[in-house]
Amino acid sequence: MAQLLCRDVVLGYEGIPVVKDLNFEVQQGDYLCVVGENGSGKSTLIKALLGLKVPMSGNIRMGDGLEADGIGYLPQQTIVQKDFPASVQEIVLSGCLNRCGWHPFYRVQEKKMAQENMEKLGILHLAKSCYRDLSGGQQQRVLLARALCATKYMLLLDEPVSGLDPVAMQEMYDLLERLNKEEKITIIMVSHDIHAAVHYADHILHISEHPLFFGTKEDYVKSNVGKAYLSVTGGGFHV
Amino acid sequence: MFDILRIYFSYPFVQYAMIVGVLIALSSSLLGVSLVLKRFSFIGDGLSHVAFGAMAIATVLDVANDTAVVLPITIFAAILLLRTGQNAKLKGDSVIAMISVGALAFGYLFLNIFSKSANLTGDVCSTLFGSTAILTLSKTDVWLCILMSVLVMLIFTIFYHRIFAVTFDETFAQATGMKTNRYNLLIAVVTASVIVLAMKLVGSLLISALIIFPALSAMRVLKSFRAVIIASAVIAVVCSSVGILLSILASTPVGATIVCMNIAVFAVFSLMEYIMERR
Repeated sequence: MAQLLCRDVVLGYEGIPVVKDLNFEVQQGDYLCVVGENGSGKSTLIKALLGLKVPMSGNIRMGDGLEADGIGYLPQQTIVQKDFPASVQEIVLSGCLNRCGWHPFYRVQEKKMAQENMEKLGILHLAKSCYRDLSGGQQQRVLLARALCATKYMLLLDEPVSGLDPVAMQEMYDLLERLNKEEKITIIMVSHDIHAAVHYADHILHISEHPLFFGTKEDYVKSNVGKAYLSVTGGGFHV
Repeated sequence: MFDILRIYFSYPFVQYAMIVGVLIALSSSLLGVSLVLKRFSFIGDGLSHVAFGAMAIATVLDVANDTAVVLPITIFAAILLLRTGQNAKLKGDSVIAMISVGALAFGYLFLNIFSKSANLTGDVCSTLFGSTAILTLSKTDVWLCILMSVLVMLIFTIFYHRIFAVTFDETFAQATGMKTNRYNLLIAVVTASVIVLAMKLVGSLLISALIIFPALSAMRVLKSFRAVIIASAVIAVVCSSVGILLSILASTPVGATIVCMNIAVFAVFSLMEYIMERR
């Protein structure tokens, strides 16, 4: 059974569909990139996958032990967070909240988990630092560590490299690739960066009002949609 | 000076004022951190004006226990404000501004038309600036205040990590299965209750100061959420107790004195931040 299965899903606001006929599936360990123009329904899709938005029709099913509140989500940064006085440790720990149930405080196992994830992402030495004093790339790592605390199976990333400098961007991509390859964590990434998408991902979902393409990246590059989109957005990575 | 204070503190009403003042400042500062960070600084202002309007109604109707009228109305307004913040036909800040001035105008008009009081301006002034109300506290008021503060601190301790999560990143918290609306509701209800209590201390125009200043001062220099919470509680307690003492010694209005203390602390902390960054 697939980890995530979308069948004939229609998403929209107040009765007006934004995206129709979404059909795709994700297996454990896949690396799926969702691309498409602004307003094509990418963020609506994210909300639906997280269970924050009910599809107008069709259904989204999870399997292999995955549940909607067990997806590790990396949202785009909000203005509120830019000057938020919180230590890295506090933020990473907050990813463990869904494991606490009715327990009001973190237990030893949650603290250990936060510790491990910080170590994995190379931010353990920053544990006591203040979030707002970190660089953009470090902040993304903190949020990624938090997302890892919330999941064992799947990361859902919303434009994870936007606003990062080229070096930090490259590091972020390498990190995600490592998590995907070594930890077998499924990755679903919404991105503008189509060239990085075809470089790193193994599947591509290209959406506009109707989904234009879903399949492996090899097929995408050969498809008319893929060719058109890749040529419009200029050179970049090669497959 | 200490003799004067000793004489004053032998009066129960001064002791009451001190207890209530410190507890209210403590409760509002705890809430303040979350409200300031969520960009809801003005909600305190809006709600206190609603409380003023409700107080006007209670005064005119000659209700024996005005808290019974003011508290439900203010809580209702708080829930309304947080709701509109989410679905955005009317934007949050304009709704707050509307409700805030609306309630103020309505309350003043209502008092003017119906009040039997001989000293209307005095009544309005003390509701707005709190001047003498704190010295006329009854034993019930004091107990109510102690109860509320203990409740606020308890809620804050139990839900501390969840309040942090909702404040830092509501979408993430929601995505990991937290019922964020419940926590927003909780924050709204507690804020409304604290504001109604705080009206007696500083009056409805100055309540915002108790909510935002300690948090803003603490945020200047401290680097973790926990430290900011603790520091703002300490700042609030120090400012309000020193403020009350000063107001007794110099016979200045209590509310305004406390707020000025808070402003002074904010200035000091801002300077500290500046120096720390220069180094």
